[in-house]
Amino acid sequence: MAAAGSAGAIWVHGETAPDGSLARISTEVATLARTLAKEAGRAAVGIVVAADPAAAAAELATYVPRVLAISEPATANHAAATIVGQRLAALIDRDKPAYLLAGAGPEGRDAAGVVSALTGLGILVNATAVRWEGGPVVEMSVFGGKLNTTSRFVGDSGIVTLRPNVISAEPARTSGSVEKTDAPGELALPQVEIVDRVEAATTAAPIEEARIIVSGGRGVGGAEGFKLVEEIADALGGAVGATRAAVDAGWIPYAQQIGQTGKIVKPALYLALGISGAIQHKVGMQTAETIVAVNRDPDAPIADFADLVVIGDLFEVGPALLAALRARAG
Amino acid sequence: MRIVVLVKPVPDTASGGERLRPDDWRLDRAAVPAVVNANDEYALEAALKLTETHGGEVAMLTMAGPTAPETMRKALAMGAASGTLVTDDALGGSDVVSTTRVLAAALKGLEYDLVFAGADTSDGGGGVVPAGVATLVGLPYLSYAARIEPNLETKRVRVHRISPTGYDVLEAPMPALVVATQALGEPRYPSLKGIMAARSKTIETTGIPADTAPDAGTLGGAASTTAVLAAEAPPPRAATRVVRDPADEAARQVVEFLAERRII
Repeated sequence: MAAAGSAGAIWVHGETAPDGSLARISTEVATLARTLAKEAGRAAVGIVVAADPAAAAAELATYVPRVLAISEPATANHAAATIVGQRLAALIDRDKPAYLLAGAGPEGRDAAGVVSALTGLGILVNATAVRWEGGPVVEMSVFGGKLNTTSRFVGDSGIVTLRPNVISAEPARTSGSVEKTDAPGELALPQVEIVDRVEAATTAAPIEEARIIVSGGRGVGGAEGFKLVEEIADALGGAVGATRAAVDAGWIPYAQQIGQTGKIVKPALYLALGISGAIQHKVGMQTAETIVAVNRDPDAPIADFADLVVIGDLFEVGPALLAALRARAG
Repeated sequence: MRIVVLVKPVPDTASGGERLRPDDWRLDRAAVPAVVNANDEYALEAALKLTETHGGEVAMLTMAGPTAPETMRKALAMGAASGTLVTDDALGGSDVVSTTRVLAAALKGLEYDLVFAGADTSDGGGGVVPAGVATLVGLPYLSYAARIEPNLETKRVRVHRISPTGYDVLEAPMPALVVATQALGEPRYPSLKGIMAARSKTIETTGIPADTAPDAGTLGGAASTTAVLAAEAPPPRAATRVVRDPADEAARQVVEFLAERRII
């Protein structure tokens, strides 16, 4: 029934970044796949479907022993996930791997949804840790971080999406091989044209991958106040984040928003300035290794879960902190 | 134009009452009040604005337990014209596969130019169902929208899809499925008039759609592809150190703290 050599394999969806390189999340997913495959005595295989898959496939092969590169010209000017999902589903149908691992970002989620619909494979979403016990046993955080659940697949196959920043990417000791191949079948689903690609004017560093995030909330008071947040972020070499209130008020772009309707981050340091720490924001940052807050209100929720909280006026403490950081940096 | 918004009632994150029943690891819905999923409210708001500009109406599609109409009224009070609730005891404990199949089958019985869904839900948060629904219905799929521009003359829709470096402008023929984000704009609060009007709006309750592929016997908790083994509260964080000193001294302590932890 299964194709020789690939039965029971653990596959990695190798996502490409806009410049054609391998997306960072895929290096984490691939590291996990290799670890699980070793424990399970199974093969770890990377799959890259892209207009020009060469660069991403070569990089993915530094993480897993074997990579299939599928050239798919349509993804050059069409939304990729539906196309990639169809190709993955066709390859899964042909080669019968046991598990597909993908990133829990926009591309990975979209592709996983398409593959699940086409194959009937179940999905365990937003994994924060995965171990092998006859199959993947997946930990995830639900209800905005109030509960951690542990789940498995009922059968012996399925799809796992992995949260960014929960696994440290580590290349394998030896590089694997890249095979060019074709996926069987037609692209039957309607395609969505990309008529333009627009680079954002903002120079803000992306928050998902930042080691240090300095974030502002309602207490920052306005777009002017965010200059202080930005300066402190600069002094720490960090990225700027924000709460939903600050974004809805138009003080800072949505791309920087952390929380329930924004991004979930896990930096080494989260410095929360003028942020009360309401649950909708907490869900996006509560797994930061260290949380430091500056807030006027000693009863703000953030004072309960920060590692250190300064009770004081942001516009006094902030400039003092900036000066102290700059003095330290010399 | 007619827009169907997929709306999920979720436990109110602000309530703090979420827990799983230890016998079957399903959400104890009696223990926590339900609200409209926050991202779905952004989808609703975007749909309402578009119908205000272009004419037409917004309908809502929900798959949930029998108490869902309470939550759906909030969406009707915002301005949606009607709702369809798919509910059946057998659907309790549905996984992604079942949910996707049921929603796709239910959509086939509705008329629309566009279907909107929120980017993910605040309970499970998988963000994978909309892509699956579009796939099963055969709709063009335009996700992570920061702007939605339908053209009723050309019967096409343009969407700004948030990308890692900015946004992609996507275009597809309607009907299509669009995934909404917060970037579309803040949802309105229901007005008193809206709340009154919602009382007389129709919520149609139906069972599992007859043509749900592959068949109704493979749906719901009994057919789930995934199983929860355990659920527990995350370990509490360490005690908070509170600094109340004047700004310069407080700043010195913060820098020292960061240095001790080797962050700087």
